[in-house]
Amino acid sequence: MTETPAAGYVVRLNDVTLRYGATLALDTVTLDLPAGQMVGLIGPDGVGKSSLLALIAGARRMQSGRIEVLGGDIGNAQHRRGVCPRIAYMPQGLGKNLYPTLSVKENIDFFASLFGQGRKESEHRIAELVESTGLAPFVDRPAGKLSGGMKQKLGLCCALVHDPDLLILDEPTTGIDPLSRRQFWELIDRIRTGRPGMSVIVATAYMEEAARFDRLIAMNGGRVLAAGTVPDLLARTNQATLEAAFIALLPEAQRRGHRAVEIIPRDGGDAVDAIEAQHLTMRFGDFVAVDDVSFHIHQGEIFGFLGSNGCGKTTTMKMITGLLPPSAGSAELFGQPLDPHDLATRRRVGYMSQGFSLYTELTVRQNLELHARLFQLPAAEIPARVAEVAARFGLTAIMDDLPSALPLGQRQRLQLAVAMIHKPAVLILDEPTSGVDPIARDAFWQTLIELSRRDGVTIFISTHFMNEAERCDRISLMHAGKVLVSDTPRALIDKRGARNLEEAFIGYLEDAVGDPPEAHAAPLAVEMLERPPVRRFEPRRMFTYAHREALELRRDVIRALTAMLGSVILMVIFAYGITLDVENLTYAVLDRDQTAISQNYALNIAGSRYFTERRPIIDYADLDRRMRSGELSLAVEIPPGFGRDMTRGHEVQIGAWIDGSMPMRADTIEGYVQAMHAQWLSGVAHLSSPVNVALRYRYNPNVKSVIAMVPAVIPMLLLLIPAMLTALSVVREKELGSIVNLYVTPTTRLEFLLGKQIPYVVLALFNFVLLTVMSVTWFGVPLKGSFAALLLGAWLYVISATAMGLLMSSFMKSQVAAVFGTAIVTLIPAIEYSGFINPVSSLHGFEAVIGHVYPTSHFLTISRGIFAKGLGLGDLQVPFLALLIAIPVLIGTCGLLLKKQES
Amino acid sequence: MRLANVANLGVKELRSLSRDPVMLIFIVYAFTVAIYSAAAAIPETLNNASIGIIDEDRSTLSNRIVGAFYPPYFNAPKLITRAEMDAGLDDGSITFAIDIPPNFQRDVLAGKVPDIQLNVDATRVSQAFTGAGNIQTIVTTEVTAFARRYRSETVLPVDLALRMRFNPTANKSWFGAVVEVINQVTLLSIVLAGAALIREREHGTIEHLLVMPVTPAEIMVSKIWSMALVVLVADAASLAFVVQGLLGVPIQGSISLFLLGAAFNLFATTSLGIFLATMARSMPQFALLTILIIMPLEILSGGTTPRESMPVFVQDVMLAAPTTHFVSLAQAILFRGAGLSVVWPQFLALIGIGGALFTVAMLRFRKAIGEMV
Repeated sequence: MTETPAAGYVVRLNDVTLRYGATLALDTVTLDLPAGQMVGLIGPDGVGKSSLLALIAGARRMQSGRIEVLGGDIGNAQHRRGVCPRIAYMPQGLGKNLYPTLSVKENIDFFASLFGQGRKESEHRIAELVESTGLAPFVDRPAGKLSGGMKQKLGLCCALVHDPDLLILDEPTTGIDPLSRRQFWELIDRIRTGRPGMSVIVATAYMEEAARFDRLIAMNGGRVLAAGTVPDLLARTNQATLEAAFIALLPEAQRRGHRAVEIIPRDGGDAVDAIEAQHLTMRFGDFVAVDDVSFHIHQGEIFGFLGSNGCGKTTTMKMITGLLPPSAGSAELFGQPLDPHDLATRRRVGYMSQGFSLYTELTVRQNLELHARLFQLPAAEIPARVAEVAARFGLTAIMDDLPSALPLGQRQRLQLAVAMIHKPAVLILDEPTSGVDPIARDAFWQTLIELSRRDGVTIFISTHFMNEAERCDRISLMHAGKVLVSDTPRALIDKRGARNLEEAFIGYLEDAVGDPPEAHAAPLAVEMLERPPVRRFEPRRMFTYAHREALELRRDVIRALTAMLGSVILMVIFAYGITLDVENLTYAVLDRDQTAISQNYALNIAGSRYFTERRPIIDYADLDRRMRSGELSLAVEIPPGFGRDMTRGHEVQIGAWIDGSMPMRADTIEGYVQAMHAQWLSGVAHLSSPVNVALRYRYNPNVKSVIAMVPAVIPMLLLLIPAMLTALSVVREKELGSIVNLYVTPTTRLEFLLGKQIPYVVLALFNFVLLTVMSVTWFGVPLKGSFAALLLGAWLYVISATAMGLLMSSFMKSQVAAVFGTAIVTLIPAIEYSGFINPVSSLHGFEAVIGHVYPTSHFLTISRGIFAKGLGLGDLQVPFLALLIAIPVLIGTCGLLLKKQES
Repeated sequence: MRLANVANLGVKELRSLSRDPVMLIFIVYAFTVAIYSAAAAIPETLNNASIGIIDEDRSTLSNRIVGAFYPPYFNAPKLITRAEMDAGLDDGSITFAIDIPPNFQRDVLAGKVPDIQLNVDATRVSQAFTGAGNIQTIVTTEVTAFARRYRSETVLPVDLALRMRFNPTANKSWFGAVVEVINQVTLLSIVLAGAALIREREHGTIEHLLVMPVTPAEIMVSKIWSMALVVLVADAASLAFVVQGLLGVPIQGSISLFLLGAAFNLFATTSLGIFLATMARSMPQFALLTILIIMPLEILSGGTTPRESMPVFVQDVMLAAPTTHFVSLAQAILFRGAGLSVVWPQFLALIGIGGALFTVAMLRFRKAIGEMV
């Protein structure tokens, strides 16, 4: 198993097909990748590159076909477990498998300990990796605050920390500046020099950098178009560049209508400035996103911003559109100062933001019409204008489709059409072509050139593609919030004496940055690790997950506050809100007798501690109005002649009206009134009963609601919030993508689940202590039994409660669903069926079954028993035993439901 | 503020919502299933209460007492020993225990007025009071009837004519259904308005709006009117078809007056939803915040339990919440048939609170919207 197939193939695919619902992502791919080489996958977004890499890495479940990786079937769980320490996988998206709130060191450390490295060894390796990648000065910076290039280097460190034989990189350099990109590839080269046996598979969207790979695989529509070395592909298609070769490889149907982009030279007319920016600066707190940027754009010009993600391109554009008021500096639009509050200037600008930002719930037509209306085009002209732009941008056939169903190229055209709907004089386009295939990108550029040259529209565009920048009339090179230089692309290349724009840009970058931090070009010497055998359950990995979860939680304020204090807040609300004490009932008397006896009757009510008297009722209208408004809960009418009739032994009737709108309260009032009436009668009429029922209210002699409710609220709160937070913690990883680390590391499902659970169990216990202290001190509920026994019960219970959260997370895909779903699913059984209000012994059928197995019922018995009844462990064997059984059942079910691969 | 923009943007919100199946299901669920189950779930106060009897007398009379307890109020009594009584009360399997002493029947007939001990698990507050009262009455009636050798109504010289107004049988499902309608109005309006804003932010469409000639005020008002309209229509349909139709709850007062009150409340709660959405960075954070806010609004505004039972400071603090006034006017109109002449103070309060919330939300929205892009 440890022999490296140096001469043979590292990966062999046979007939691999993958579908997402109706979409075919991979279509019968058969392919052999030789070992020890750097193999590149090229093609635009959505052609199946990422799916292929995920399958090879074992992160995604095979559907059909067979993939052999490192000499075994990757579809086989046994082989995957054995081989995963030898594979490193870096998914697409900047730092997608990293944890943004964790520091550089904490991130690498996390991966190192998942792969079973000891403290000394991992410290040594981390030091070496950060040194050679130039991350050493930033080890304590959170990953989320790194630049794109640094994030990718960190991703690489995390991938290399366990010394893999196969390195899989999915678009590792997309969106980072050319200098960082070059440094990244140099780093990979050094690693490969140090470890010649290592195979590397890379996907990329940049054709320029694909030229450095040993072997290329061109993909389109889930199929392999061609495979071979770079000279091979160029020769086969008879083209000079890889981009042209790729277009030539596309099927005829797709190529039809493609023309190479021709740039019509602009004819003079530089007299008028459309946009003039002077010393624009934007600060976000301490961070300077844009630093003293000045430039001017002539009317009708195509002006480009070239730079990496996060260099300040987007922020500058937002300041020009008026979206962001600059911290300093000013901008002018056609000689007029730009005022973000002046709505009129917005009509002169069309803006297309980065990524698709139209309403996906509206059809193409509805999107166009909405924007036309908001730009206040006259209503009569709207249909004609919509039809006009639709025709111009080739949208006529798809007017009633939803944007989400359209291919990327068409969506870009729709966005451009929307930006043009009000015929603006200036178009601001923020990376409009990222991810679009080369043919659609060329078509898009043809439209832009036409808009500029024919209609005289000024176009301000940003990009991180060199070949697009070359098409602009003039460009500014941007880095770290500053404009390095502005000129025509040709002039920039000539000024530096460079071969191409990329080289020129790198030259300017090096001038700006100074010496690159990783000066020592020695091959990265990584000694072979002794790989510990992969064990089924490794407590270290579990604690690694627990430690990471705790760190993340500590750094997310809203989640941390909810975890620490949420239950305390809710406790106050519940203890006061869900009270079953019916007190301070308002009543008034309509005394139409006004004798000593009738007043005595009224006085009898006034003596009750449950009732509060209001001013007497005057007449029936008064009675009606005051009852309708809710002012009175009880109205008592004593008829005229009451005293006289009673003493004569005639039958008399006292009327009592109870507000029945709150039935529980009404029932209680009814009981009170009957009892008071009977009491008054026995006092007046000396009626006696043959039996005396001696009432003993046990455990809670004053029948105070708070004594009963507080010990019952604790189990509910210890379920609701811990379950919600654990569910959220797993679903978050699914939504943000870091769940992939469970798929591709030796972590087992049980380690993952228990590791995630531990911090929440600890927090829930902390909450339990807090709630108990509150109960005793604030609400005055005495704790009659043993605190130790209660703590033991709480411990068992919060393990079950957090396990229920984990169980919920198996079914939930989004974090919002996790919050609301868990709230509904836990609260209903906890309130209705666990003895919170009605005893479990009063339930029947299905409800009773739930009541008997639900952990909350048992902890409720424990909590009430120990709090109010002073019971001990011995009296509560049954509920303790039930909780002990619930834990392995719940965690076992979670383990079965959690997938170790994406499906 | 241009009304045309407000109208166009509002229509856009409605279209967006109509294509969001999760939210639609949520709305339908909230106004049908949730209300139906709330009506069914509110238990009768005394329902299948568990009772145990220690019969140390074994006489005709004691048998008669045992036989007097039956469903639905009580489960069939368990005959137990004194030790079982303590254990049963401790572990919660019985709530009431009656101890009939030896020679009970003889003492009754001799007119000695013997004691019967009734033990109540007073941690079951919901049943303890009503149940104890009921058991006392049942035992007394049985013993009295036995003592007189015939069963008779105890004739009292002074009769008490008790009438329940507005809900003559104290039917709890009426209450449950209407309270749920009131609660869903608040919950949904906060969630819908907040989600409408967060959705724009997560999809990046807010940027698009802001580069167009529309003002933040127009954006906010369009969300408020459209989401409030959805809730109002759903609420009216639910009252007509679920509450009155399916559940057959008689509504005392004017539904249009209630809907007018709901509209005032929605003005306040949708503003609150927008405010919360500006505080949260993401949907999950918004969801956590909503839960922490909605719980006190629903539980402490007098909808579930009467306000007068809460501590005075809680009552005072909750006067600032729109829901307190909404619950009060809704109950007055729907349960007690009150008219505008009775509930106008609540309307005034809602206008005041709504205006304040709207202003705060607007100020916060203007400030936050710059940070959203």
